[in-house]
Amino acid sequence: MFLKENIQLAVAGLKSNRMRSFLTMLGIIIGIGSVIAIVSIGGAVTASVSDTMAGIGANMIQVYVTPREAQNTTTNVTVGGNNMDESDLITSDQIGSFQRKFADEISAVSLEEDVGVGKVQDGHRYANISAVGANPGYREVSNVKMLQGRFLQDRDVKAGRRVAVVSDKLVSNMFRSRENPLGREVSMNASGWEETFTIVGVYKFERSGMMGGAASADKDVRTQMYIPVSVAKEQARYQNYLYFSLKTKSVTDSQAFSKKVDKYFSKIYADNSKYTCRSYDMENMMSSVTSVMNTISIAVAAIGAIALLVGGIGVMNIMLVSVTERTREIGTRKALGARSGYIRAQFIVEAVIICLIGGVIGVVFGILLAWLGVTLIGMKLTVSVPIVLISVGFSMLIGVFFGYYPAKKASRLDPIEALRYE
Amino acid sequence: MGHEIIRMTDIVKNYFIGLPNELHILKHIDLTVREGEFLSIVGASGSGKSTLMNLIGVLDRPTSGTYVLDGTPVGKMTDDQMSGVRNRKIGFVFQTFNLIPRNDALKNVELPMLYAGMASGTRVRRAEELLELVGMGDRMHHQPNELSGGQKQRVAIARALANDPPILLADEPTGALDSETGRLVMDLFHRVHEKDGKTIVLITHNPELAAETERIVTLKDGAVVSDRAAEGKAVGRQCS
Repeated sequence: MFLKENIQLAVAGLKSNRMRSFLTMLGIIIGIGSVIAIVSIGGAVTASVSDTMAGIGANMIQVYVTPREAQNTTTNVTVGGNNMDESDLITSDQIGSFQRKFADEISAVSLEEDVGVGKVQDGHRYANISAVGANPGYREVSNVKMLQGRFLQDRDVKAGRRVAVVSDKLVSNMFRSRENPLGREVSMNASGWEETFTIVGVYKFERSGMMGGAASADKDVRTQMYIPVSVAKEQARYQNYLYFSLKTKSVTDSQAFSKKVDKYFSKIYADNSKYTCRSYDMENMMSSVTSVMNTISIAVAAIGAIALLVGGIGVMNIMLVSVTERTREIGTRKALGARSGYIRAQFIVEAVIICLIGGVIGVVFGILLAWLGVTLIGMKLTVSVPIVLISVGFSMLIGVFFGYYPAKKASRLDPIEALRYE
Repeated sequence: MGHEIIRMTDIVKNYFIGLPNELHILKHIDLTVREGEFLSIVGASGSGKSTLMNLIGVLDRPTSGTYVLDGTPVGKMTDDQMSGVRNRKIGFVFQTFNLIPRNDALKNVELPMLYAGMASGTRVRRAEELLELVGMGDRMHHQPNELSGGQKQRVAIARALANDPPILLADEPTGALDSETGRLVMDLFHRVHEKDGKTIVLITHNPELAAETERIVTLKDGAVVSDRAAEGKAVGRQCS
């Protein structure tokens, strides 16, 4: 009813009382802003995690030795408990026979042994590294892209050769641009272990969402240096394996195959009272990440809902004040022939306009906040258009809901009483 | 004289109906006003003239009796129907002007036409004409708080004329003005009365103003105690 006139009227009213209008909107601004900010940050984190996981591969399965009591939780994997025994771990023979048994379904098995972080150095030239013992299957499972030379091979592992596959970043840090890094020796110091390795291959370093922190300068970025797993095991506490990963030949079967893996290893661990083996496929991991994100989202939605409720009550309060202040105006309007529906519409439109402007400011404020947060943790901001539209729509709904009672009150004023009001 | 535009028969208005201290504000009022009359209703405060004005202006319903306004019985209407009748039949002029704040003169004059559902273009054109008529053509876009009392009342009269209602109902229209601007406003009423033949009902406690009208109805304790032609009605004519 007379929408255009009502909107003009509401805007003029808000303008004439800027401070009060702003304070009224604040609750809505904070409510909508916090929801938009957290949803956007959450979206960025989820997108980044799924990027990383997709990079690892959807058809990847990881097999862990886990304590029996923790075997039903996916989030609480105890890696390397102190009371673990060498016999609790998986031997390379067990992995070998497992691989042979399921040769039709497994495309590669990846073994790894973390050595630790450190650097390679040659005079004033250096590169930050994280040394990882790996087997030939690692390359396929982890999607390592070779630029030059070759990846680690079975004979490197068997003979325990001091060879390494390094990143193009390390090469550009350590050598002049025309120099051929293959066959060159580098001195590594990682976790106090000093050793010299011969470079046999160079892979392309890819900054992934999770690993590439924004803080470190390009030159200082830490890349992985792969050495034969047998060489890494020389320094390791356990000779057997706490976990290994594998890639299935087909993506769709990975979940089903994960069950077979569980069955196979539970037989081997049948006699072990403390530990068992459990496999995790990517979907499994994704769902645990998603469930964490969902929990956070629900918590934030609750906070946002409370802020919006408080904001809505603030709007209702100010509308009631406004109705009282404008009693004479309402009386005059009625005397001039305004039906009660018109008076009601006028006040509802005003409440909706307050909430709409508050909602829009809240969206802008929320996006700014999200941009700030996401930039600090080095991710990319994605703004969900549906969420923005829903937020703005919802804030308008709050206006209708909390504006209705004051509007009803205004429309029911007796014109004689209202005209007499001082 | 034209037809009967207001016919009130045996009008009673009580407050606190049914309670022991029921108030009898209007006691069996009969009042007939013909089209084109300029009459004043006078009386001391508490005489019931405000209540009578509210009834004439269809702001209120009588406790009993019948009121036929321009051929339409209005006693038993719903609130919204009463709003419609006020919108089309009555032009209100208040003592305290009651312009809508934050709406310029033009918007104020447009308001009754807006409620009548008139299209924006026609509305603006008519509001401009009316403001010209009351001599406010150069202040159409002034806010009420930028206008003097006399100017506000002229805008209010333009607003009262907006839907070309048969009756102007003015409640102490000069009460808040000094005598000079009050004179200007009264002259405006005379002009509207003579040129357009509007029926004007003036509620006042000022005998001098009442004397300018054609007919004076005097109320006392809720009853009409005198209804006579004014002696000095020629005064108004000379001034206009």
